[in-house]
Amino acid sequence: MVAAKGNGHRRTTRPKNLVVIQLSGGNDYLNTVVPYNDGRYYDYRPVMGLKGESVLPLDDRVGFNAEMRPIKRMFDQGKVAVVMGVGYPEPNRSHFRSMDIWHTAEPSASSAEGWLGKTTKVLDPEGANPVTAVNFGRGLPRALAYPGVSVASVGQLEAYGFLTGIAGAAKRDALLDVMARIYQPSGEQGWVSERLLGTGQGALRGADILQEAPAKYKSTVEYPADNAIAQSLKGIAQVLTARVGTRIFYANHGSFDTHTNELVNHARLWRELSIALDSFWQDLEEHDAADDTVIMMFSEFGRRIADNGSGTDHGSGGVSFLIGNAVKGGLYGEYPGLAPAEQLDGDVRFNTDFRQVYASVLEQLLDVEATAVLKSQFEQLQMAR
Amino acid sequence: MLSATERKPAPPTDAALMAHLLRRAGFGATRDQLDRYLKDGYEATVEALLNPPHSEPADQDLVDRYFIATVEARSPGHAVPHWAWRLATSEHPLEEKIALFWHGLLAVGGIKLDHGLEMLREIDLFRRHGLGPFRTLLVEISRDPGMMYWLDNQNSHKTAPNENYGRELLELFSMGIDRTGAGAYTEADVKAAARAFTGWAAKPTMPPFFLGPFDMEFIFDPADHDDGEKTFLGRTGNFNGDDIIDIIVEQDATARFVARRLYLFFVSDTPDEAEVERLAGVFRSSGGEIRAILRAIFLSDHFKSEALRFRKVKSPAELVWGVVRTVDRYRIPELDVCDLPAYSTYMGQMLLNPPSVEGWHEGEEWVDSGALIERVNFAVNELGRTDSPGVRRMIDSVKTSGRRLSPTALVDRCLDAMGALAVSERTRAILIDHAGRNGSLDTTSEEADDRVVELLQAIVATPDFQYC
Repeated sequence: MVAAKGNGHRRTTRPKNLVVIQLSGGNDYLNTVVPYNDGRYYDYRPVMGLKGESVLPLDDRVGFNAEMRPIKRMFDQGKVAVVMGVGYPEPNRSHFRSMDIWHTAEPSASSAEGWLGKTTKVLDPEGANPVTAVNFGRGLPRALAYPGVSVASVGQLEAYGFLTGIAGAAKRDALLDVMARIYQPSGEQGWVSERLLGTGQGALRGADILQEAPAKYKSTVEYPADNAIAQSLKGIAQVLTARVGTRIFYANHGSFDTHTNELVNHARLWRELSIALDSFWQDLEEHDAADDTVIMMFSEFGRRIADNGSGTDHGSGGVSFLIGNAVKGGLYGEYPGLAPAEQLDGDVRFNTDFRQVYASVLEQLLDVEATAVLKSQFEQLQMAR
Repeated sequence: MLSATERKPAPPTDAALMAHLLRRAGFGATRDQLDRYLKDGYEATVEALLNPPHSEPADQDLVDRYFIATVEARSPGHAVPHWAWRLATSEHPLEEKIALFWHGLLAVGGIKLDHGLEMLREIDLFRRHGLGPFRTLLVEISRDPGMMYWLDNQNSHKTAPNENYGRELLELFSMGIDRTGAGAYTEADVKAAARAFTGWAAKPTMPPFFLGPFDMEFIFDPADHDDGEKTFLGRTGNFNGDDIIDIIVEQDATARFVARRLYLFFVSDTPDEAEVERLAGVFRSSGGEIRAILRAIFLSDHFKSEALRFRKVKSPAELVWGVVRTVDRYRIPELDVCDLPAYSTYMGQMLLNPPSVEGWHEGEEWVDSGALIERVNFAVNELGRTDSPGVRRMIDSVKTSGRRLSPTALVDRCLDAMGALAVSERTRAILIDHAGRNGSLDTTSEEADDRVVELLQAIVATPDFQYC
């Protein structure tokens, strides 16, 4: 299944499935991993500074936001790698542009090719499996876009597929039957390209595969109904445990764009995410899938060091997470200094390039040669067990 | 199986040719609209399409009142319903189509500009100048504050020129590069162009109302302009930006580049080199007038030939607004007009936000499996809304075409009712076979509406329908 094995990268155990959770809007690094022993943090954040019971210490310098208790538990079990001060040179503080940069792994030029789309191409060069990559959300994130790569984009798993707006199963089935015939390549399809017919066939097959997943799925884990990221992760668990060959999952959580009322909103977002992750991980363990799965969480940028009285504005250096039994837990890299001389225009200065994280995930966990996806070599962090 | 005569599709008609013209020069036409165009005749219709009146539409006040956030719009998201309405209802479809063309070619991304008012002004610039001389268009876009900001001419100074605009003007907007990355210009030409555009910038102005968005306007700062001697494409002089554009539009490479891009957008996803060369000749002989090139396209036997029908994958915008116009859904700017851009976005084209200065990757690349599901579901749902006046007319026209319709007649009547549409022979045969499961249709029966709608839905679900 795995193609393009390169030389010089360490083959680990079985290649993992990757679940990427995008924290959209710019997650506030400083209130996620809190430098609670640095007085400057409280000087810069007279309103937004977290202290006392609002912090779960990881060591004598930093601690998680108290809403992250389930993640802290996994951290204590050695399953959570925290990448400090992650970013890229000449940071861009536009949500869209910065997200694009993370999606394409290309900080200096616009590109339409997503790093995970490219990874999917390497994992399944012929596009043999229409569900090698599955996005939970409507519309394809650019991370998954790549010419010739078909990615299923699922709003709701139960309602996924063609003709879902047609009332009446008989009517729908009859039309689906026509589609199945018309999208069959025949050598006499007139002006329609083979490629488009193949896409149609893939989409039809993919929809069949994905629609069956919820029916096959049984679990004692209950995901909270009013929690969107929990519902996305439940969908991912349903597909993952159906073992239909999906290697890359993508989900989105947010908005972390906490310019105002951050104490309330940032806490709520992490509470929802932590509860969702807790359910998801229990579910994977129940299905014997925890060893095969790695979660990566990232945001397009961190936020400013100083608060604005009620929230924080767009910054640069941020934090990423890798979670899984296959991950060597701990803190990676240095917490960027908050002293004025160490700042970058009022932000924490990045010290780990996000592409180092990508390279590590690709080679150590997915068994894909990093340079097949990224344009150059990046020093890896040894994040796999 | 079908007999030989039944398999044979109807011979091409004037209506089919007119429908082809309207799919390319616009967003398709309903059967009634086609009849009106046919009364005027093909050539007169081409002239009318090429010469829209550039007046503000009569319903502008209504649109402003319904879509209040589009007035002095802050973000592209606030602004886009304004264009969505024009795309859905304009009586001058080529004016909107050419704006869409230039929006993808002289692409300014909302991701960076993030300024709804300015983005709408740009679309209007494309409406006003998009069919005229290419020189005027380049002169205007080079004075467009959004473009100046997007490509960093803002930061291009006499003492330190920024080459971004100079480079993209040559590479992506006018002369182009070949597959090897080589252009008919050198790095020295890029530098000279960049110097000529120093001092051209955008400046913020006061918001139009209290707490409104800051607007921007073009400024030329003579003190920051490098007035020195430059050598550009073999010519030497104290060139400014306008002089650079004058030289650019004289280049053979420019004529070919513009001709090729127009061909790819209006004719076929696969370029015909001889035809591109002929159109480049029209560029030169007409002083680079886009209208003249389009006229040469639409009146050519090449364009009219059946071999070129349905040879372009519809862009998401063509699909969404093509369907919406076919079903003729909107009488007033209802709120769900604002949802149309979201559907186009789900299919891979976010209007007012091209993914990069290169615009969108078009042709076959539009359709991945997620996008195909969105395209089919959107079209099927719209055709299922029997309260839309256009769908009602389709049903009625099929039902009144005969008391009893054979499966073949039913399929052909449906295709015709959708605006003299065609599908490939094989697809047609499968549709006829499908329609035949329930025998011929008694058009006075209770099931008649349902069966017609089901067939209309099947037609828009075909791969054939993905092409225009």
